[in-house]
Order: sequence, then structure tokens, then C-alpha cells
Amino acid sequence: MILKLRYARDSVFRIMIALMTILVVLPLFIIILYVLINGGSAIRPDFFLRDLGSPIRAMTGQPSGLIHSILGTIIIDLCALFIAVPFGLSAGILMSEYPDNPLAPPAKLLTSTLNGMPAVLMGLLAYALIVKNSGGFSAIAGSMALAFVMIPIIARAAESSLRITPWSLRENGLALGLPRWIVITQIVIPAARPGLITGILIAFARGAGEAAPLLLTSFGNNYLSFNMSKPMDTLPQRLYSLAISPYKQWHVMGWGGAILLLFFVIIVFYVGRKMTAGMEARAEQKIH
Amino acid sequence: MGNNQEQCCAVPTIRMETKKLSVNYGANFGVKDVDLKMCTNQVTALIGPSGCGKTTFLRALNRMHDLNPAIKITGTALLDGENIYDTGTDPVVVRRKIGMVFQKPTPFPTKSIYDNVVAGLRLVGIRKKAVLDEAAERALSGAALWEEVKDRLKAPGGSLSGGQQQRLSIARALAIEPEVLLMDEPTSSLDPNSTTRVEELIQQLKNTVSIVIVTHNMQQAQRVSDYTAFFYVGEMVECAPTSELFKTPKHERTKEYLGGCFS
Repeated sequence: MILKLRYARDSVFRIMIALMTILVVLPLFIIILYVLINGGSAIRPDFFLRDLGSPIRAMTGQPSGLIHSILGTIIIDLCALFIAVPFGLSAGILMSEYPDNPLAPPAKLLTSTLNGMPAVLMGLLAYALIVKNSGGFSAIAGSMALAFVMIPIIARAAESSLRITPWSLRENGLALGLPRWIVITQIVIPAARPGLITGILIAFARGAGEAAPLLLTSFGNNYLSFNMSKPMDTLPQRLYSLAISPYKQWHVMGWGGAILLLFFVIIVFYVGRKMTAGMEARAEQKIH
Repeated sequence: MGNNQEQCCAVPTIRMETKKLSVNYGANFGVKDVDLKMCTNQVTALIGPSGCGKTTFLRALNRMHDLNPAIKITGTALLDGENIYDTGTDPVVVRRKIGMVFQKPTPFPTKSIYDNVVAGLRLVGIRKKAVLDEAAERALSGAALWEEVKDRLKAPGGSLSGGQQQRLSIARALAIEPEVLLMDEPTSSLDPNSTTRVEELIQQLKNTVSIVIVTHNMQQAQRVSDYTAFFYVGEMVECAPTSELFKTPKHERTKEYLGGCFS
């Protein structure tokens, strides 16, 4: 009798957990569905082959697309990652491996604080440092703004990944008469690789989704451009401009852009998870 | 206390010697005023109850305590007459001459068996394949592992059994050709068969490298060591040839410990 009661309570608990999970996951599916319905019609070849051009194209029904935003997003985000990874990784190594260094406590405090800061403030910083001094908006300023967003995320992820590697790895490395920096770079960091890569991918996906810092730095460009010292278009910032424009064609294109952005972020996270799952499985096999 | 150090060396060559070596954690001491001679081609076992300071003393012999800024070391530890704690001495250089094998075998997880063994050479810039191949074979043979792994050197280091991993750790330490090998309870986490193999290995290795081994197992100390030093509450109580210490211990504390009064 008591056993039946236990089984019954167990079932109720499991049903509740399942319902809660559905409640969490359902809004995501609703968003995806809503975006697909509204933006599906925009996804055609022109979307990927043409840039936006002037509003006259929209008013006269000429074809236009978002190739300039897609390429601009890739260029600016990759540049941002290229800048952010060395700084973020170094900060993470300092906090984890050199906790007695006087820079470590302020680094920990600042990375926690910066992680929670609105990204628009990073845009303001890049605006003050680069845009004002160079005399205009530019793609490189946009990359810097996104790098400022990515650095604290990478630093924190690097610190936690390094900290959970066993202390015995460092001991064994040092006992071989290896200098400390070699132990960290050649033994500890490779062991922490899955966590480091996940952290970098999360930072990348987060940076890729930010619009506010880019409005103040890379500003936007209706035409395709590869010039890093001039304004460049990106999807998040373009979605904003299209949404507030008065042209119906642009509204539909905005939804189309939202589809792209959504799937871009989903794919980055999916690939990241697959990579780290593969690495963790291989690591587990190695230590059976 | 501890005035039998003259008897701790059968051979005239002293490889390592400590003079009033003390290790302090702030106000507490881990090890106090230890005078111990460890001779060439000899196995010296350090025994004693838990917390007696034998591992603390062992780690002071290759400057592993440098990693902890809260620890203060006083006294001297001489390797071939030179103090390893001299202000100008680089701990990295010390550790290349005094190797260490830990209780838990830790193959580097992202490296193959071959890469593990040659890690001490390759990671400091020695890249010539011929040199690394020779070192790998020599070290793995020295650790009695070559025949078992020669056909799968590219397999991950973690794919070996526990006993093999410990022999891999020994091979890795031997590859850089240290003069002294410190072993911190090397068989505690191994099954009896693997333990026997490692003990046989220690007997072979002492012909090429001087060994200092910390062990909780008194029978192991009797099996593998030439000299045994008994530690108690951070001090070295007695050191003598192993058979002599176990048959006719001179100190009361030693008699109590060997009699099983405490552990």
C-alpha cells in the first residue's frame, strides 16, 4: 500500500517536471513558428544575393535583399571574436592559475560586473574610444564593441573550465621540471578544451545577437561594403531599422532577417554542444 | 632523536642530504629539523603514522612546496652537495634532477602513451624524433612497460589499466633522467598484482636512480627499501638499515609504531 503511494507520488512528480519543461520550451517554439510564418515569404534567392539599397527600391517593388547584413554580421562578429579570445583567455588564465597575483581579485570582480552590464554601454565605450577619435562610424568600432561584450563571458568560462581541471595535472607537470607557463599552456589548457570552446561559442552567439552597441559604432549601411573603416551593416541592427521603417516590403524582410538570426544562433549553440559532447566522450574513454 | 643518520648510508656517496630541514605552515610546523642522508643507488623508505610529516618532507626535497606561498622552508637540502634552496637556484632545474611519482597515476589526458612519456623532453623544446624515440623506449623499458605498449604507443594514455598508468608515470619521470626519484605512496591506489610489479621495478631502478619512497605499508618498506626512516609528529625519530629498524628498533616510539600501537 505504502509502495503504491510512493509510485503514485513519483508519477505526479514526473508529470509536473514534464509540464514545467514544456512551459519553458513552448515559448521558444512559438517564437520560431511566428517568425517563420511572418518572414517565410522573404526567403528567396534575391534575399541572399542583393543588398538593400535605397528606399526607392522598396517603394517601386524592385528586388532587394540582406546579403550586406549577412556578410557584415559574419565579418564584424569574427573580427570581434579574434580580438576577444586572446584577452578573455588571458584574463581567465590569470584568475584561475595566478590567484595570488594582485590583478586577480579586481579581474574577478570586473568580469562578473561586466557580464551583467547592458551591451549598449559597451557600444558607448567603443563610440567614445574609436568613433569620436576616428571621426566616423566604422566596422572596426562595431567589432570592438562586440569584443567588449564577449571578453567577460570568455574570461569567466575560461576561469571555470581551468579551475575544474584536476590539480594533479599541474603537480605532475611541474614535477617533470616544466616551467609553469608550459604546464598551463601545454597540459592544463588542452585538458580544459571542451569548456573553453563552449565558452567561446556562447560568447560568439551572445555578441552576434546584440543590436544596441552596433547602432552606436558600425551604424549600418544599406549597401554591401567590406571596408572596415566605414559603416557596415549587421543583421541585429538591420532588423531594428527595418522594423521601424514605413515600408511593408522592409517589414517582411525584417522577419526574414529574424529567421536567419534565430537559426544562426541555434546552429552555433548546436555545433558547440556537439563538439564539446564529442570531446568529453573522447576524454572519458581515455580515462575509462 | 634521529642520531642514526650515519647508519643511513652504506655507500660513501651521499646523493641527497637534509640538514635541519623544517617546513612551516604559518604558526604550525609540518616537519621540524630533519637531518637525513640518502645515498646513491639506495632505496630509502619514509614510514610513520598519518600526519607525521613524511609526505611533507618528501615534497620539500623537490621544492614542490614552492607552489604554496604560505609555506616556509628553513634548513638545507643538498643534492650532490649543492643546496636546492639557494636563492639563485631555479626550482625548475631542481625538479629535472629530482623526479616525483605521485600516489594517483595521472597520465596527461589529451596525450598518447608516447606523448606522455616524452612530455618532459618535448615540452621543453627537444623535437628530434630519433632522440624522443630513444628516450621513450629507454624509459618505458626502465618502467617494465615497453613490451606491453610498444605496438600501441599512439593509444591514449588513459586507456591503460591503473597499474600500467602508474608505470607510465614512472616512465615519464625516468625519461628526463633524474638523479633521484621521489615516490609518494606509489602503490596505494593499485591492486596487489600491480603493486608487486611496481615493487619489483623499484628494486631494478635503484641501480640507475636513487629512490626515496613514502609508504603506509610497513611490509612494503621491508620488501623494497635498504634504509628506513621513521617519522612521528613532524620529526624524524630514527633511521637505520631496514632489517635492523624492524627487528631491533632503538627508540620507544618506533617500537610502539611497529608493534601496531598506533597508525
